[in-house]
Amino acid sequence: MRYTGSVIKYGDNVDTDVIIPARYLNTSVPSELAAHCMEDLDKSFVSRVKQGDIITAGLNFGCGSSREHAPIAIKASGVSLVIAKSFARIFYRNAINIGLAIVECPEAAEEIAEGDTVEADLDSGIIRDLTNGKEYRTAPFPGFVQSIIENGGLIASIANGAVK
Amino acid sequence: MGMTMTQKILAAHAGLGSVSAGELILASLDLVLGNDITSPVAVKEFAKLGKDSVFDKDKVVMVMDHFVPNKDIKAAEQCRVCRGFCGDMDISHFYDVGDMGIEHALLPEKGLVTAGDAVIGADSHTCTYGALGAFSTGVGSTDMACGMAIGKAWFKVPSAMRIELKGSLRPYVSGKDVILHIIGEIGVDGALYRSMEFGGEGLASLSMADRFCIANMAIEAGAKNGIFEVDDLTLGYIREHGAAEPKVYTADPDADYDEVLDIDLSEIEPTVAFPHLPENAKTFGEIGEVKIDQVVIGSCTNGRLEDLQAAAEILRGRHAAKGVRLIVIPATQRIYLEAMEQGLLKTFIESGAVVSTPTCGPCLGGYMGILAEGERAVATTNRNFVGRMGHPGSEVYLASPATAAASAVTGRITSPWEVMEI
Repeated sequence: MRYTGSVIKYGDNVDTDVIIPARYLNTSVPSELAAHCMEDLDKSFVSRVKQGDIITAGLNFGCGSSREHAPIAIKASGVSLVIAKSFARIFYRNAINIGLAIVECPEAAEEIAEGDTVEADLDSGIIRDLTNGKEYRTAPFPGFVQSIIENGGLIASIANGAVK
Repeated sequence: MGMTMTQKILAAHAGLGSVSAGELILASLDLVLGNDITSPVAVKEFAKLGKDSVFDKDKVVMVMDHFVPNKDIKAAEQCRVCRGFCGDMDISHFYDVGDMGIEHALLPEKGLVTAGDAVIGADSHTCTYGALGAFSTGVGSTDMACGMAIGKAWFKVPSAMRIELKGSLRPYVSGKDVILHIIGEIGVDGALYRSMEFGGEGLASLSMADRFCIANMAIEAGAKNGIFEVDDLTLGYIREHGAAEPKVYTADPDADYDEVLDIDLSEIEPTVAFPHLPENAKTFGEIGEVKIDQVVIGSCTNGRLEDLQAAAEILRGRHAAKGVRLIVIPATQRIYLEAMEQGLLKTFIESGAVVSTPTCGPCLGGYMGILAEGERAVATTNRNFVGRMGHPGSEVYLASPATAAASAVTGRITSPWEVMEI
């Protein structure tokens, strides 16, 4: 799994209420959610995000509500990968379950700058900042989680018998 | 190495003799829960599996509580999806307008959870049922869909933080103050990925409402679950509400806790979490004059009968300050009825409050109390993130029902000790 994109950077404790405010939760259509993604934190996000972009963030990304609408909105915005110092646990499993790539790497999340171009290979656990050439290493997912992602998410894993 | 309470419950549900922190397991579930926001997504995912039935129609619960009675057409359509699914699948526990309540107050009241259960819910505050000695955790809609399909969920076995309670609470101090104090100490990611296990001799002084409130907000410290040791009070509650026979798990004496937090309940003061994180906890020595526009008393955290009684005790014979909108939301129909029979609703209305049907409404900025730019609310809810109750430029201050009621009376954030002259 390899991802390349330019970076949009946020800080600590980005909660799911700012990722997708509850006033828009009367729908679950991905494109409608994407139209309001990050609205209460960064009004410019929707207009500047490009297909393949990578979000970097600080500690506890995705804290708060369990709304799967949050990773759905991020994915539907075109974001290919989220790199954070740490993730809130419900967001973490939701992202895996719906097939939004995420990775914990505190050093990369700290050092990579807004606008840098980054390439991440999650199989080998190597993240490269192509703008300055710096390289970071992270632990690959555990095998069980890797298999969910490789099967295309939890639903597909159950449908094809990989999870019984 | 011994196991924690949570690890023992997970081991039993995974059919394993023992588990240890970090291990990935597939656990069988006693209950799978969703609401009117998260269930429609789960229904859509469930349909992809091509199944014509859920794993057990008695073990799936859907509660319409966030945007009901429906706030708009889209919300109505979402509820229709849930209603249709529950009809098609012959779900035993579908709670709609008229018999619904806020899910985390409703499920224990209906006796749907017992000690030793493993429960997932597509709502982050599903951790509430840890007060009953169950393993209970919030998940997303896809986990809910898979839980409905196969009755199982994958988990990484958590390590745990032990919270050792001693002493007893002072007057007008409640579980809300305790959990705000703890989150203030450890931060909003202080228990990330971990269990918070509550026990010790101080447990005896905490009511079930206090315990539900504390377990409810474990997620605000990032925890996977909050869980309480089971005592006679828990067992009494479980029996009184007709839940299944409890299975009581206790942590091994050599259980591996990676942190122990000692809390002396007698030292806890009325506590308020300032915007925009629940960890911004302050006591009244540090709080100056903060004028407010609205007070909300309710939610899955503090909408129980004991919470309404605490608020009514302070509001009785007093009136909300001019310019303060006071909104009281009993968490379930049964609580609403009991509050009426006890005269609490009369007290609220005479003090200038509006009393609403059960709903999550204002807590998440849905409806029934949205804030304008620059407005401030004291709320007994659980989150004070940017924009949580309305405009991104509004502010939410989290507090107990007693503090919220005292603040309504004065029009500024006020300790119940001040109003009750303690």
